[in-house]
Formats: sequence, C-alpha cells, structure tokens
Amino acid sequence: MYNEIKLEFDAISVNEAFARVAIAAFITPLNPTLEEVADVKTAVSEAVTNAVIHGYDGRKGKVRMHCILEDGLLHIEVSDQGKGIENVEQAMEPLFTTRPELDRSGMGFSFMEAFMDSLEVESVPEKGTVVRMKKKFAVIQPQADEE
Amino acid sequence: MEERFHIIENYLMIRMPEEIDHHQAAALSREADQYILQGPVKHIVFDFEDTRFMDSSGVGVVIGRYKKIACFGGKVYAVNADRQIQRIIRVSGLKKVLNVVEEDTDV
Repeated sequence: MYNEIKLEFDAISVNEAFARVAIAAFITPLNPTLEEVADVKTAVSEAVTNAVIHGYDGRKGKVRMHCILEDGLLHIEVSDQGKGIENVEQAMEPLFTTRPELDRSGMGFSFMEAFMDSLEVESVPEKGTVVRMKKKFAVIQPQADEE
Repeated sequence: MEERFHIIENYLMIRMPEEIDHHQAAALSREADQYILQGPVKHIVFDFEDTRFMDSSGVGVVIGRYKKIACFGGKVYAVNADRQIQRIIRVSGLKKVLNVVEEDTDV
C-alpha cells in the first residue's frame, strides 16, 4: 500500500490539534493500536509545536507536513521556514529548552525519539528546520470474506 | 459546565482538559497560578479523568506548577490518569516529582 499527503497550514497553536487529527486519520488504514495512534499523534504534536513556538515565535509563517505510507512504514516530515536551530545536538538533549519562561519542559525531541522508530533533524539558522520521523507498523494482510 | 478549579482545604484540584497541548497549556497555567498565588494552596491534584491526550506541553504545566509550590513543601498528585497519560508521565520522568495515585475504579 502506498499513500502520500502534503499539508500546509498557518503556524498557530490551534493547528497543533489539526495536525494530530490529520495524522491519526492518515494512519487509520494500518489498523494501528491505540498506543501506536497516541505515539504518532504525540510526535507530530511536538514537531508542530516546535515550529510554532521556536521556528516562528509568534511571527506569521507556514508549517508543512509531508507524510508517506509505504507498506507498513510511515514517514513524517514536518518543516518550517523559521529561524532555525543554532545547535541541533544541544536542542535534542532531554530537558534542554531555550524558553523556560514559557514552562517548556524541554522534552519535545525526547518524546519524538521515544515514540517513533527514528528521528532526524536538519536545521539552518535563518532558513528553517526539517524534522523527519519514521515508524514501522505490523502489516495486517486483508482477510478474505468468509461466507 | 463543571468548574475546572476547586480548593479543598489546602489542596488545589485541577480538572485537566481533554487535550493538553501547547495551545491549551498557557491559559491553564495562568489560571492555576492565580489560585496558587491567592488561595491557601499547598498541594496540587491534577485530575486527568477527561484527558485523552497530553504532550510535553502538559509535562511543562505540571513541572511549572510544582516549582511554584515545592519551595513551601507542597506536593503534586495525579489522579485518574489513563494508560496513555501514565505513559507520558513515565517517559517524561515526571514520576520523580508527580505522585500518581492508582485507583481500581475502572469498570
């Protein structure tokens, strides 16, 4: 099975919920467990929240979400054209945050790492950030209808 | 609609929303802080009965409130956390400060 979606939406916090609903709907054909749905929704929520808070920091902009389902493998790419990350390695450390005054826990990338099978972050200061994540699902063969 | 905040003795009870993300977190924290600053609040109980989704923004809400009461010996508790919420609590390391009250009330 192959399926692909590309979404682009305003970098505003209300769209964090939209992105979660969209990804949950996209993976429905995989018959995911409740836990798998929660994993993917959480990872997407973190990536989109990062774009809204850190990438654009209240400025206008668009977040892009590109998802591909190839057999049981889900690819998710969340990108922004915001201010980028100076030091990606540091940003990915658990509990690191540049915005403690906003009650940010610094767990965003840790959650993406914990709930997906792989995570890659590419960022260029003043150009933007791309987050790529993958997750493998057990492929369930369609069953023949029983008479 | 039921009130989100209740004070019982020196406990602030917070009925957490259905989804706790960055979009919800700021207002929730701000309101909770008003109760913490004004009232006789020593401890906080986060009630996750209605909550079906929480990401790291929710973790930030709990840690932020904990920091506000910890210096006066306050404690934070979680009640009615379903499996997903318990998982977030575990993976985030929140368990170090958050006391999860287990209940066998599931039907």
